[in-house]
Amino acid sequence: MDTNKKNSGLTWVATVGFALISLIILFPIIGLLISSFRPSSDLMRDGITFSIDFSQLNMDNYMYIFQQAASYWSWYGNSLIISALTIVLSLFFSSMVGYALAVYDFKGRNLFFVLVLLILMIPFEILMLPLYQMMVGAQLVDSYFAVVLPLIVAPVAVFFFRQYATGLPTALMDAARIDGSTEYGIYFKIMLPLMGPSLAAMAILQGLASWNNFLWPLLVLRSNDMFTLPIGLATLLTPYGNNYDILIAGSVLTIIPIVILFIFFQRYFVAGLTSGGVKG
Amino acid sequence: MSSPGQGSHTSASLEKTAYKEPNKFLRFLNSKKVVPYIFVSPFILSFLILTLYPAIHGIIMSFQSILPGQVEFIGLRNYERVFNPNFYKALSNTTIYVILTVIILTLVPMLLAILLNSKLVKFKTIFRASIFIPALTSTIVGGMIFRLMFSEADSSVANQIVNFLGMESIDWRYNAWSAMFLMVILASWRWIGVNVLYFLAQLQNISDELYEAADIDGASAFQKLRYITIPHLKPITIFVSTITIINGFRMFEESFVFWETSSPGNIGLTVVGYIYQQGIGQNDMGFGSAIGVVLMLIIFVISIINLIATGTFKRGDE
Repeated sequence: MDTNKKNSGLTWVATVGFALISLIILFPIIGLLISSFRPSSDLMRDGITFSIDFSQLNMDNYMYIFQQAASYWSWYGNSLIISALTIVLSLFFSSMVGYALAVYDFKGRNLFFVLVLLILMIPFEILMLPLYQMMVGAQLVDSYFAVVLPLIVAPVAVFFFRQYATGLPTALMDAARIDGSTEYGIYFKIMLPLMGPSLAAMAILQGLASWNNFLWPLLVLRSNDMFTLPIGLATLLTPYGNNYDILIAGSVLTIIPIVILFIFFQRYFVAGLTSGGVKG
Repeated sequence: MSSPGQGSHTSASLEKTAYKEPNKFLRFLNSKKVVPYIFVSPFILSFLILTLYPAIHGIIMSFQSILPGQVEFIGLRNYERVFNPNFYKALSNTTIYVILTVIILTLVPMLLAILLNSKLVKFKTIFRASIFIPALTSTIVGGMIFRLMFSEADSSVANQIVNFLGMESIDWRYNAWSAMFLMVILASWRWIGVNVLYFLAQLQNISDELYEAADIDGASAFQKLRYITIPHLKPITIFVSTITIINGFRMFEESFVFWETSSPGNIGLTVVGYIYQQGIGQNDMGFGSAIGVVLMLIIFVISIINLIATGTFKRGDE
């Protein structure tokens, strides 16, 4: 009886403690949400503040962004297109590679796998200047293609797919071969559908990485109407603050779709974002 | 992680692939000798074009002076210029940032994960999700929020707290210590949830039998933590700290979002920021590449030390 009481006391303390921690961690996002209803001139002057005048809250920032911020919506479109391209292409190619490394026995297989691990360890930032030179040389600067290209065969995804495909039932492949199916048919019709959960996890990882990608698009995108959301929003971060309405409401509209996706597909977000490690 | 799905519908899809007599070329394309290489070819191409070639070209560029239409070899002159006060400032900023983020992003998530994994806390899934949500934001949006929370105005959240504690308001973006604080807190805020998940995954792998055996032996809660939990967390701790170190040396956005490319007295300058500033900003690609090669060597040495210290080949990633 006594120990139970002590334990429930501890449980109470720990749970309240975690509620506080969660609140502190979520505070910036809650602050952003509330501030997006404040007049942008106040926001620029006061920053995000505890002393909010609730009678001043209004929808002006959102009205403005939906009616007058054409450039914001072109950034939004660019981000959507680039993320969609990245997801489709990188899933298609990375899953092929990972699958082959897992199910086929061929010369050089181990070498390729070691190369995948090696590329995982080379920071992109070190290759960015020569890659940028290459894009300039190929006259690809300021195109979707330039942004997407370095992400198409993502080593993280190859590694993840390879680990996942190792657990696929290869007996199915033999059965299909006897039925006269080609290796490609086996892959696209039988094995790829079995890789569904891993595809979902990687779609989220690649999509989020591309949605939030900054440094590489900053290098290769030049004109305002080609900017992605992070690049475009960053240009509004000036001390003069003449565009804080777009900046603040635009940030909210950038985060909200992701948070909604997260609520519905939490399991895949978790698998995707922690795919760098844990177990082998 | 998720288990492979079930293949109950496969026989149906098999019937659709009717048997055809393939010609020679198609048979070649479908032979088990060729197929794996076709599958792997995107990786081979991307490795050659997007990794190997730029890596070699980057090293060559670091020995060149690159002006539009005029490229010449200048020997080691770029490297002689690398070791200047600005580079040392960038390197020391980056190193301090790495040390602080490694400490915070290893210990805090470990502690939170141990608590979340215990029977003490209720509503675990909600807390786990809330802690994870910052990872969904981009550094730019997150940084913008932190800029507004840590604005110079007396009315900003940070200065309201500071004033409440009886101190003067702080010009957060203009002091060396607070500049570092801003970058570290922004990175920590965004990554804590992901690292908590890494630790939680490992904690859930520890078999209950170990704890039951310890209970039978009359071990206290602290002893169980000290002799069972902590030792089992060693591999994941090494992994988390390794990726935090590598990410720390790659840091750029956390600085860019507060000061763009130039901060007062370079208080926010990082090594990658310096590459960007010189290579893109000043259009001095040769010099920028030389800084890149030096950074590669630094990361390489750290990886080797890590490899020796842990005795295993550890993977690092983004």
